[in-house]
Amino acid sequence: MWDFLQTYGLRLSEGTLVTAAQFALASLVACLAALSAGLGRLSRHWLVRNFAVIYIEIFRGTSLLVQLYWIFFVLPLLGLSLPKFTAGFLSVGLNVGAYGAEIVRGAILAVPRGQWEAAYALSMSPAKRMRRIILPQAVALMLPPWGNLMIELLKGTALVALIAVSDLMFVAKQINGATFRSAEAFGTALIVYYLLARFLITPAMRGLERVMARRLGKV
Amino acid sequence: MDLSAYPLELPKDDCPMVRFMNVTKSYGALVVLDNLNLDIQRGEMVSVIGPSGSGKTTVLRMLMTLETINGGVIYVDGQPLTHMARNGRLVPADEAHLRRMRASIGMCFQHFNLFPHMTALENCMEGPVQVLGLSKAEARARSEELLAMVGMIEKKDQHPSRLSGGQQQRVAIARALAMRPRIMLFDEVTSALDPEVIGEVTQVIRRLVAEHDLTMLMVTHQMGFARDISDRICFFYRGQIEEQGPPEQFFTNPQRERTKQFLRAVKDAD
Repeated sequence: MWDFLQTYGLRLSEGTLVTAAQFALASLVACLAALSAGLGRLSRHWLVRNFAVIYIEIFRGTSLLVQLYWIFFVLPLLGLSLPKFTAGFLSVGLNVGAYGAEIVRGAILAVPRGQWEAAYALSMSPAKRMRRIILPQAVALMLPPWGNLMIELLKGTALVALIAVSDLMFVAKQINGATFRSAEAFGTALIVYYLLARFLITPAMRGLERVMARRLGKV
Repeated sequence: MDLSAYPLELPKDDCPMVRFMNVTKSYGALVVLDNLNLDIQRGEMVSVIGPSGSGKTTVLRMLMTLETINGGVIYVDGQPLTHMARNGRLVPADEAHLRRMRASIGMCFQHFNLFPHMTALENCMEGPVQVLGLSKAEARARSEELLAMVGMIEKKDQHPSRLSGGQQQRVAIARALAMRPRIMLFDEVTSALDPEVIGEVTQVIRRLVAEHDLTMLMVTHQMGFARDISDRICFFYRGQIEEQGPPEQFFTNPQRERTKQFLRAVKDAD
């Protein structure tokens, strides 16, 4: 095992960095998509509402792998070519964002009715009511389920290896192909994914939850 | 709904602060307010009492435009609230008209509804800064003055979760007053409070009545308090005003059988 890490450690850490970059960019896409579609579903304009529903249905109702292949292999036929790195985080982000949209929507609806009414009684405009009063409280409500989703997203990034983005999974597959040391190659990948989820994402989400609790004066 | 019978505005001289004109509200087949006519004069304190389900809270919520209107017109300071004049006739009000009109109305709720992510001071500053466009310094000065008036200045940097019900309600009153409304609505503001802190809230309202020139409408279950501070009591029964009058006359010599029944029932409960 030691000599395996000595030989392939560098390549595996390069792959891990690519995975981390895919994760970071996909999270950003997922947050933006979830917020837009979650708010869109609650919009008063039917066009915006329908657009959000269609996005959510497509990206939640079909397989991530199929979406990845569509964005990377089919969109170029329609005239939109994306680099594989971009196609990777975009697919993963849009897929997870569709699940996130329902979390955003649910959290907004879970803010007590009285908060809307108090903001309304202060003559706040609908946009200000949302931005200043409802969203800050909704964010606190959506953090726990959002933490789960972030772990799903990290694991989802492993699929970008299938369009040859040189992430951790891609490197592990290459090493396996060259050496047939499957247990070591995929074992290392397994452990790295776990460590990233357990020691980066989970503590970060807990930290955010504490910050939000403090902002709500609950600590 | 035919609105041609309603004036576009009321004559300026000596129009009431609030006028409900043939106002009807129903949820499906359930009629909550039935052809309500009610005037509230400038500076008047009117208490609305009645059994639950009699439509008294709906009166307040309609004035705050939290509820839509099914028939009739409400005027505030002579201007239509729920409607607006367009091409010489009344049409349902748009969002901008509603926002402009309700700027002169403040409301306090049974469950306070303070913003939990803001301190007491920030709660009070939110409206003046975000809606009235005051500078932070102006809004702070105004809010601190009001928090001092309701006896909450020492707690101004606390979040609502750290405050008792009575303290939260006093902050909520300061928050509503920071918008400088001309009409204040109190919707069962003491109903969710522990008995021992009700006094601190009613005292603030007493001061408002004594020192400020506000028009006030209050829904309450506290008969003694209503009797002490109101200019007029309105007793609602099944969506209509069953009886109204000055408190002394209303409580000592009620005319209608339903009023007598209600007052007896309330007394027995005490």
